[in-house]
Amino acid sequence: MLAGIRTVDLRKVFTSPPPLASGGGGFAPTFGRGKGKKQPKPEIVALDGLSLQILPGEIFGLLGPNGAGKSTTVGILTTRVRPTSGQAWIGDHDVWAEQVAVKRLIGVVSQRPNLDFALTAREILLFHGAYFGIDAQQRSRRADALLDRFQLRDRADQLVRGFSGGMMQRLSIARAMMHDPQVLFLDEPSAGLDPQTKLLLWEIIREYNQSGKTVLITTHNMEEADALCQRLAIIDHGRNIALGTPRELKAAVPGGFLLRLRFGHFSPELLQRLKNLTGVTEVRATDGNSADVYADRGGSLVPEIASLAALASAELCDVHISEPSLENLFLHHTGRSLRE
Amino acid sequence: MNWKTFLALLGRDAHVARRNLIPLLLQTFLQPMMFVFIFGRVMVSSGYMPVAYKSLLLPGIMAISMVFTGVWAVAMPLIGEFQFTREIEDRLLAPIQISWLAIEKVFFGAIQALFAGLVVIPAAWLLLRPGVELNLRSPLSFACVTVLVALFSACGGLALGCSIDQNHIGLMFSMVLTPMIFFGCTYYPWSALAHFPILQKIVLLNPLVYASEGLRGTLVPQFPHIPVIAVLIALTLFDVLFLATGLSQFRRKAVS
Repeated sequence: MLAGIRTVDLRKVFTSPPPLASGGGGFAPTFGRGKGKKQPKPEIVALDGLSLQILPGEIFGLLGPNGAGKSTTVGILTTRVRPTSGQAWIGDHDVWAEQVAVKRLIGVVSQRPNLDFALTAREILLFHGAYFGIDAQQRSRRADALLDRFQLRDRADQLVRGFSGGMMQRLSIARAMMHDPQVLFLDEPSAGLDPQTKLLLWEIIREYNQSGKTVLITTHNMEEADALCQRLAIIDHGRNIALGTPRELKAAVPGGFLLRLRFGHFSPELLQRLKNLTGVTEVRATDGNSADVYADRGGSLVPEIASLAALASAELCDVHISEPSLENLFLHHTGRSLRE
Repeated sequence: MNWKTFLALLGRDAHVARRNLIPLLLQTFLQPMMFVFIFGRVMVSSGYMPVAYKSLLLPGIMAISMVFTGVWAVAMPLIGEFQFTREIEDRLLAPIQISWLAIEKVFFGAIQALFAGLVVIPAAWLLLRPGVELNLRSPLSFACVTVLVALFSACGGLALGCSIDQNHIGLMFSMVLTPMIFFGCTYYPWSALAHFPILQKIVLLNPLVYASEGLRGTLVPQFPHIPVIAVLIALTLFDVLFLATGLSQFRRKAVS
């Protein structure tokens, strides 16, 4: 049975600090209205009306900076976080009302490895399979295959306490695949992995998806979102700010190229002149001495910008050119870099 | 309710317990056996305690071992697994309602407590003999008391384990378990507190009192003890109270 994911107007307000796995850090707490003489409880709005529709068999990415609400979304979809309002479905099952049915359909890799430290790598897979009612023979076969695939065979019978971060992450992913779930959630899957392992992981995720499974990835890594995801939602402050294929989203950045300029000193007239250059679609002053120029070309604009600056006696100190990218899209929508 | 998952969760806990068997046995039996040796053997043979004290002490030691084992078996893993590493997450995602995970922990803790209690009897008897007079008049009452004590210790472990965090484990021992043991009528019968009437009433809030008195009433009924029926009622109430508190705390900790 193929299963997609749907959320309608999801909202989550934490009244106590959100757990680490739910992200939510990076929010300035807002204070709710206290009743009577009671002290107001600090409220953190992690999700603010998020609606998504993820198709069965799709690799979908949630892209956003730390604290955007990505992990909270995954937390709600995987029964670990109770939504304040709104609804979520995995396949035909309401996540909050039909938790057991939903848990059968999903595999979850959380942001931080949460392996069972009392067990060896192989036992972790075997017991996980047993929780899902897989018979002993099949369990053992699947565990061996996954240990091989994730290159963990030589450490299979050791307690995971001594594993490196990358090994724990690989094992977490293997565990999530152990019961062959219809929907796989990967919260920042490649954080802390070396480039080689990252490529192995991407290959495994694509393979898994080719067997018709739905994959939801959260990431703040552009490269990963671009390489892996068929569709993306860019979220910030718990809201969906853009949705589409990576290609569509990149095409949505005005001009495509972004030139970040810094001047020794800067005037409004210069800003106006920059806007009049051929190929420039938008110019934004970012602070006293800097401007972001969106344009349909990159390097060829630099001599013209330099001569304009010279004419206006505004010394050009720094130029940074980025090609059409999701990073630029995020910057365009929020005025902030994804890494900030 | 999904039996396959429940049994697999039990299987996991049994597997981990088996792996840690030696430390587990030492932790369960070393302290009570030393206590039995010093108070039941050294103090009695040197004449500071009467011989009858041996029989009075045994049910109390059994109660301490059971309660300590049950609380430890449930609370300590829970405190660790809910901490920073969130080791319990995998089991919270198993296809079973999360309350059943808590019930599985209680079930397994109660089995360990039962085991501890039933092993203490022959072990203490061997250390203390001769002079121990056990009178098991009603095996059924004894079985009921023992099961209720095992459940109360495991449910108590659930409630405690879900209510305190790792930094307060030391406090749990010094503020909760130690006063419970000393004011739990384990080393003396409840009637011995007759000279301290206020204290005698206050200790009735301590569930360990009913555990010790219940085991005393069913194992060595020749000593004064609280009526077994009152013990059964009180233990049942404590079981229900601790289970309800534990489950609600567990759910609160499991879902944010």
